[in-house]
Parts: sequence; C-alpha cells; structure tokens
Amino acid sequence: MPKNASNDRKLVVLEAAQFQALLRALQDGGYSTVAPTLKEGAIVYDEVATVDELPVGKTDEHAGGSYRLKTRKDKAVFGYVVGPHSWKKFLHPPTLRLWQVRRNGNGLEFVHTQEQPPKYAFIGVRPCELSAMQIQDKVFMAGEFADPIYQGRRENAFIVAVNCSQAGGTCFCVSMKTGPKAQSGFDLCLTEVVEKKSHFFVVEIGSDRGAALLQDVPHSEATPEHLQKASAAVEQAASQMGKTLDVSDVKDLLYRNAESPHWEDVARRCLGCANCTMVCPTCFCTTVEEVTDLTGGNAERWRKWDSCFTSDFSYVHGGSIRTSSSARYRHWLTHKLAAWDDQFGSSGCVGCGRCITWCPVGIDITAEVQTIRSSETSKPK
Amino acid sequence: MNQMNSNPMLPRSFAINRVLKETYDTFTLDLAPAQRHTGFSFAAGQFNMLYVFGVGEIPISISGDPNDPGRLVHTTRAVGTVTKVMDKLKLGDQLGVRGPYGTSWPVAEAAGHDVVIVTGGIGLAPLRPAMYELLSHREKFGSVVLLYGARTPEDILYKREVKKWRSEFDLNVHVTVDRAAGGWRGNVGVVTAMVPKAPFDPYHTIALVCGPEIMIRFTVMELRKRGVPDDKIYVSMERNMKCGIGLCGHCQVGANFVCKDGPVFRYDRIKNLLEIREV
Repeated sequence: MPKNASNDRKLVVLEAAQFQALLRALQDGGYSTVAPTLKEGAIVYDEVATVDELPVGKTDEHAGGSYRLKTRKDKAVFGYVVGPHSWKKFLHPPTLRLWQVRRNGNGLEFVHTQEQPPKYAFIGVRPCELSAMQIQDKVFMAGEFADPIYQGRRENAFIVAVNCSQAGGTCFCVSMKTGPKAQSGFDLCLTEVVEKKSHFFVVEIGSDRGAALLQDVPHSEATPEHLQKASAAVEQAASQMGKTLDVSDVKDLLYRNAESPHWEDVARRCLGCANCTMVCPTCFCTTVEEVTDLTGGNAERWRKWDSCFTSDFSYVHGGSIRTSSSARYRHWLTHKLAAWDDQFGSSGCVGCGRCITWCPVGIDITAEVQTIRSSETSKPK
Repeated sequence: MNQMNSNPMLPRSFAINRVLKETYDTFTLDLAPAQRHTGFSFAAGQFNMLYVFGVGEIPISISGDPNDPGRLVHTTRAVGTVTKVMDKLKLGDQLGVRGPYGTSWPVAEAAGHDVVIVTGGIGLAPLRPAMYELLSHREKFGSVVLLYGARTPEDILYKREVKKWRSEFDLNVHVTVDRAAGGWRGNVGVVTAMVPKAPFDPYHTIALVCGPEIMIRFTVMELRKRGVPDDKIYVSMERNMKCGIGLCGHCQVGANFVCKDGPVFRYDRIKNLLEIREV
C-alpha cells in the first residue's frame, strides 16, 4: 500500500518496449503481477507473466447495458477503460473461508484460517479505481474492527496506476472528481502516449518503493515535450466523459426524496439481479455460509459477496425489511451517493460507470438522480 | 484502534451451564467460557453473535446482570434456523460467542431522572440488564417505571422476576397482554396505552424502548404527547446481521450500522429514518 510522500513527484519516461522490464522487476521483487487480460469477451484483471497477455491494441465501447470489445488501429497497452471486474476481487475476495471448527465431544475447537496475504502488484489501476480502494480502506480498516484479510492484502499491494487517455461511454469520473488523472495512492502512475513513431509512458513516482523499483527498469528523463503530450492525453479523456452526474447537494436531494414516486419507476425496470453491486468497486457487502462435512464433526464458515438487491438481505424474524425493489434500489443509491458521505466521509461512487454498463436493462445512476432532481424542480414543495 | 493480528470473525467456545425454559417458545442459556474462566464484561443493551455448530451465527442481546460477569446470559425465542437448533442444546454443549458488540442503554446518563422502560414481548430481554443496573443503584434515579406488553399471559417473559419487581415499593411495574383467556384479570390492550397514565415526570425522564418497530413508533408518539423530548428517548433496533462488527453491510440503516452505531439509538438521531417505509 503506497504512502505518497511529497507533492512534487518525479517524472520519468519508460519506453513501451521496456514495459516487460517493469513486469519482471515486480516479479523479481516477489510480486504476483496482475493486469488487464482478455477473457470471455471482456477485459478482466488476472495474473500475467508477460506484456503479451495484456489487451494490446484493444479498446472497449460502453453504453447502458452494452459492452463491446473493439480492435484499435494502434498498439496501445491501456487503450480501453474498465471491464466488469474491479480490483476488489483481489483485496476483498468473492468467496473466502473465515475459519474451521471441529466438534470434540461436547466441545467446539475453532481454528483460525490464517492467511499469508498474497503480494500483488496491480498494474493498470485506473484513477477511479484508486479512489475506490481508498473508499474501501475506510470501510475495512478505519473502524474499531479491521478486516484482517483486506488489511493484509492491501498493505502488501504494489500499485501501478494508469491515467486515462480516453473515456468510455458510461464514465463520469470528472463529476465524481476521481479522475481521469490519479492524484494519490499509487507507487507508480503511467500515462501512455501512442504516436506513429513513438510509444512511451510518462511515469510519475508516487512512493519510495516505486522509485526503488525503477532502478531496475531502464528509463530516461522526461522532457517538457513528453510531459506536454501526456497531459494532452489526460485532458482528452476529461473532455470525453460519456456521462455527467450533478453532485451538488445530492445528499440532501436524496434524503429529501426518500418517498419520491420515481423509485417505483426504477423498480419497474430493475430486475433485482445484483449486477450493479457485484461490479461496483466500492460495494462491500458479504454474507456467510456454513459448510459441514459428512461426519458431522467438522464445519467451516465461508464469507461470500452479497447484495442489498436480494430479498433475504434484510431478513429478520417475520420477513424482510425491504421487500420491494423500489426500497432496495433506493437503499443502494441513497447509501452510495448520500449516506456514504455521512458514514465514511466521502461519496461511495467513483464514477467508473460499471453499474450502468453491466445493468442488463441499462438503468443509469446518473439519469435516475437527474430525474429525481428535475421532478423536484418541476413540482416544488 | 483496530485489532490487526486477531481475527474478529473467530468465535470463542462457551459451554452451556444452565438451560431455562422461559415460555413455550423462549429459553434462557447461561454460558461460561470453555477455556479459562474469565469474566465477560458487557454494558446493558449490548449483544453477542452466537454460533451453533454447522448451522449459523446470529445476534442475540445479552440479558444477564452486567454486575455479574461470571454468568453470560442470553434469552431468545426459537423461531429461526439457528434458534430452533439452539433450543435443542443441552447442559455442557458448547456454542461459539463473539462480542460484546454495539451501543448500550444510557443508564449512567439517566441518573437524576425518572426512568421509563416500555417494551413488548422478547424486547424485555435486552432491557433486563438495564433493570438490574437501575435496581443496583436505585437511589440515583427518580421514579422507575416498567411498562411491559406480551401477546398472552403465557408469553410473559421472566414471570417470577417481573412479579418480584412488581412487589417492590419503589418500582412501578405494569403488565398488559394483547389477548387473554378466562382467568386473566390484568390489563388487556397494547403497551402504548399505558404510557399516558404512567407515573413519571415527562420533563425529567429518560425513556428506554425496545420491541417491534411498530410498537416503537407508537410508544414514541405517546411519550412525545406526554412531553418527553426526542433526545431523552432511546430505542433499540433490530436488523439482519452477519458480522456484528460493521463489515458485512447487512444492518445498514441510513448512515448507520445497527451493529456498531446501535442497536441502542437516541431517538432524535434516527427519527427521520424510522418514518420511512422499508428503510
């Protein structure tokens, strides 16, 4: 987990041809290198050994309920935005054994499943995703009880961020002030520049660990021309945002509109499939399952990702608290954009757009907020 | 701050020292640590996560005496998957225990005030520790009133203890039932109906309320009619919980986790939420 020290960070240039050297340096440092790969028609984060496994020359097109991979004209290594998965699957595993218990006569012997936290190097972490990690840090590590699984993995992680040089059709990080340029929370941050005759990364060094790693990777000083091209690329992304979300007073707006008829309108479209919560890089809910063996002498407790869109999520004796889809969508959206701020000190949304892209019916968080906002101005109280 | 190297999800083994059938569907378990016999300190109103082997883990409020840390007491109703199996456990069987978690009743802050407790059904269980505290420092409080409602006379929890409290000169205990067969000559009706005439000074009272959410809402209405301010009313909430320590998200209500910001809330801090359906 990088600790960003100074404000005037050093910038160097890494030629695209040397990208493999960066991977190797990380692997030599004992890291499992995890990066975007092509899997099942999508860009999916997975362990990689070489740069060839990255989606070089690919891009993605996003719209509500629609995702398509396309081939680019160039050989950009990071010429796309975000796929369905976020890095949370590595820091907050989708399924995890918490402990085992053995029956011994009448007695119970609990055995802690002690995890040796894996040492991941995350390569290609987008600025919105960095923000999502910082948001989950508050959920899992800032309270009275820390999640030891998340904490162990997070503190070990080496982060190579990548600034966005293009935006997707469902991106709105500019509205959420999380991108397209990473501000903090990385060891190294790359900005890719692809031109006819040159292909390089401007690398911002965000930590001592990042600086130390670069000693083993051939690089050169960044010239003003390099820097100008890199910042032009990021500015281009900022100007391409597919969506915008007006977050001014959004907290009070949603608190005021708990009984808005619009929630019913969303519920008529929502399938309750929970996709939005699975793809969201900040959603953190889990349930637990008991597993027993055939002898009846051993049991295990497993933790699994859960979603507030399922009907038994809020079950207490007598029934579920939130029986209707409208109440569940309201719960999710109001938590994400309003209550999260009161609870954890920031918005729970980073503007990555995944919940829009991966909603099978294309429900759009930005549009729903806008509808609530305009319904209010057209019918003042 | 946080406890890095321990696993806050891992229960400790506790053995059942006593099983007490309270009513036809409720029972009380006295537990003691299976390993070392250290005491279990808690504050009135807090809960534990109780794990039944191979079945699951659920939040149950602690219903024993905070001044008697040698006995860890829980009363529960056999209604769910876990509690039905828990009901079958015998003396010497072991459970997993994590806790104590959550906020507590403001017993210390209530000093110098009248205290009115309004509760229904098994809601008396998380309030019994508060009763014990009030009784052990009786001189610190003004009048102490317990208004308790049960479905039928057979559902009255801690019957012997409630009778004993009723016989004390310095306690006002009123019991009502929703419905009764012949033979019951006590109050019939909802517990909220007893609030208007209960002997407490509304301007110098702390109210502790626990029961179904509908009962909480109507009780608060009656308390406010008497003039009890919102910030002197405390309510205990119930929500689905998987972890008990603010990590699983199940007990989210507004900007709160009921497991750590509750279960006991000062009413003025959550009243906006309680007014929303399916919140």
